[in-house]
Amino acid sequence: MSAPKGPEATPNELMVVAAARALEGRRVCFVGVGLPNIAVNLAKRTIAPQMELVYEAGVFGASPARLPLSIGDPTIVTGSTATVSMHDLFGLYLQGGRIDVGFLGGAQIDRFGNLNTTVIGDYAAPKTRLPGSGGACEIAINAKEIMVIMRQSKRSFVERLDFRTSPGHLDGAAHAERVRHDEGWLSAGPTVVVTDLAVYGFDADGEMTLRTLHPGATLDAVRESIGWKIRIPTGDVPTTPPPSAEELRLIREELDPTGAYV
Amino acid sequence: MSGATGSKLHTMRDAIAAHVHDGDTVAIEGFTHCISFAAGHEIIRQKRRNLTLARMTPDLIYDQMVAAGCAKKLIFSWLGNPGVGSLHAIRRRTEPSALAPGESLLEVEEYSHHGMVGRYVAGAHRLPFYPLRSYSESDLPAANPLIRQVESPYGDGKIWAVPPLNPDVAIIHAQRADAEGNVQMWGLLGCQKEAAFAAKRVIAVVEEIVPTETIRADPNRTIVPGLIVNAVVHEPFGAHPSYVQGAYDRDNAFYREWDAISREAAATDEWLREWVYEVPDRAAYIAKMDAARLRALRPTPAPSGSVDYGDYR
Repeated sequence: MSAPKGPEATPNELMVVAAARALEGRRVCFVGVGLPNIAVNLAKRTIAPQMELVYEAGVFGASPARLPLSIGDPTIVTGSTATVSMHDLFGLYLQGGRIDVGFLGGAQIDRFGNLNTTVIGDYAAPKTRLPGSGGACEIAINAKEIMVIMRQSKRSFVERLDFRTSPGHLDGAAHAERVRHDEGWLSAGPTVVVTDLAVYGFDADGEMTLRTLHPGATLDAVRESIGWKIRIPTGDVPTTPPPSAEELRLIREELDPTGAYV
Repeated sequence: MSGATGSKLHTMRDAIAAHVHDGDTVAIEGFTHCISFAAGHEIIRQKRRNLTLARMTPDLIYDQMVAAGCAKKLIFSWLGNPGVGSLHAIRRRTEPSALAPGESLLEVEEYSHHGMVGRYVAGAHRLPFYPLRSYSESDLPAANPLIRQVESPYGDGKIWAVPPLNPDVAIIHAQRADAEGNVQMWGLLGCQKEAAFAAKRVIAVVEEIVPTETIRADPNRTIVPGLIVNAVVHEPFGAHPSYVQGAYDRDNAFYREWDAISREAAATDEWLREWVYEVPDRAAYIAKMDAARLRALRPTPAPSGSVDYGDYR
């Protein structure tokens, strides 16, 4: 891979590129706004040109000509394959099993990839009222696979969620597999968590495990920004392959030229 | 009365006065697209109180209506300023530490997006519940006891259910309608149709009033028939700062500005005074806006091709 021109990749750029590459081979992706949106659009321009972008606002096969600020921007409609009611989107497309991968994030994630987007503190008297589920709860259950993009910190990577909005691997793989089987979930749960420091996967216990460290990130920085004792494989941890010049160019010149997100 | 043919054209003032009452459950729908801010502002001006406000995404319009004291309860599935952050006026009424003296916490009843859509569908279909695959192993059912499980009558386990939602009034915005209230819309359809069919009364607000022949020349584009519409309001730019596909863009700059305005109760009140209370109607709001800003929201045209329905006589 050629060295990028211009400034070094920032942690956010490393995060977006790693997330885009994780999409290799996926056909239909349920997109969120912000960083997931940039990652998915980058993947479509690089390793996954056939990918269909689905927006919860009711669009299948979007080809946004500009970066949408909101999940319902008019640019996702113009030139899309299909624009449908939200009943069709959540019923026929998501619950009907047409979505390969859904991107989620949240204010809190735990070691099993369960997510909180509802409240910090007690539900009835919250310290911070967050947006809530939106489509996240049913995406977690009905998309075949979940990927997560979040900046990591002790406030966000927590031992215990204040509220479980969207289920991941519950309290471990055994429980999660039983529930998925018994209730007919399509989702295999979260497979990848991409942060500003590293890429994580989930092991046979359903627990988050370090896979690769981004260039420049250290194991100490990883440990210090996670609220539980993160599983780290023995031996040398591989480095996340650095972004190519073309990936950085696409982010800086086409996908986020004003630097609003990355 | 709905059902009768003939013009249902009204001013926004008259439509709100006739169809939105204190204590009503009101659904101003539109998913990011086609949100009737014009109706919300008129409800604020007419000082409606104790409303239950239902919307998938309360958006700025319910933040403004909550700040103005119209609401006692929110029913929703995603509570934020899309693409920007929080709805601060609503946070001040949902976080005990932020509550002003004399104010009470808003009641909240929350679902997921599919659950909220399903509530309108069940309401519109006159069904006792809407079944869906969601909520399993989530804390949402504990937070909202109206999210329940039912046994499948076909012996394949339990399924989650949400109850019907039948608003007293649904207010939908769209591109165009005729004077009888046959409404046509394109772009993100949200749940305008489902909310309208679920509601006891419907106010349709449109950018353009067109002859009935225009509607009948493209019947696939009709989302709601005049049969269920009580009032039609002609309100160009009535969805600003949200948008109308093909007519004007979302005013993203305003969504960012509201983040700063709404952080302080005093600044929020001042904005409401200047842009809602002291403005008699939407036409005056638009006239007061910076003309260049408004012009910049006009998109380059990208018309669809037309289709041939055929003439069969």
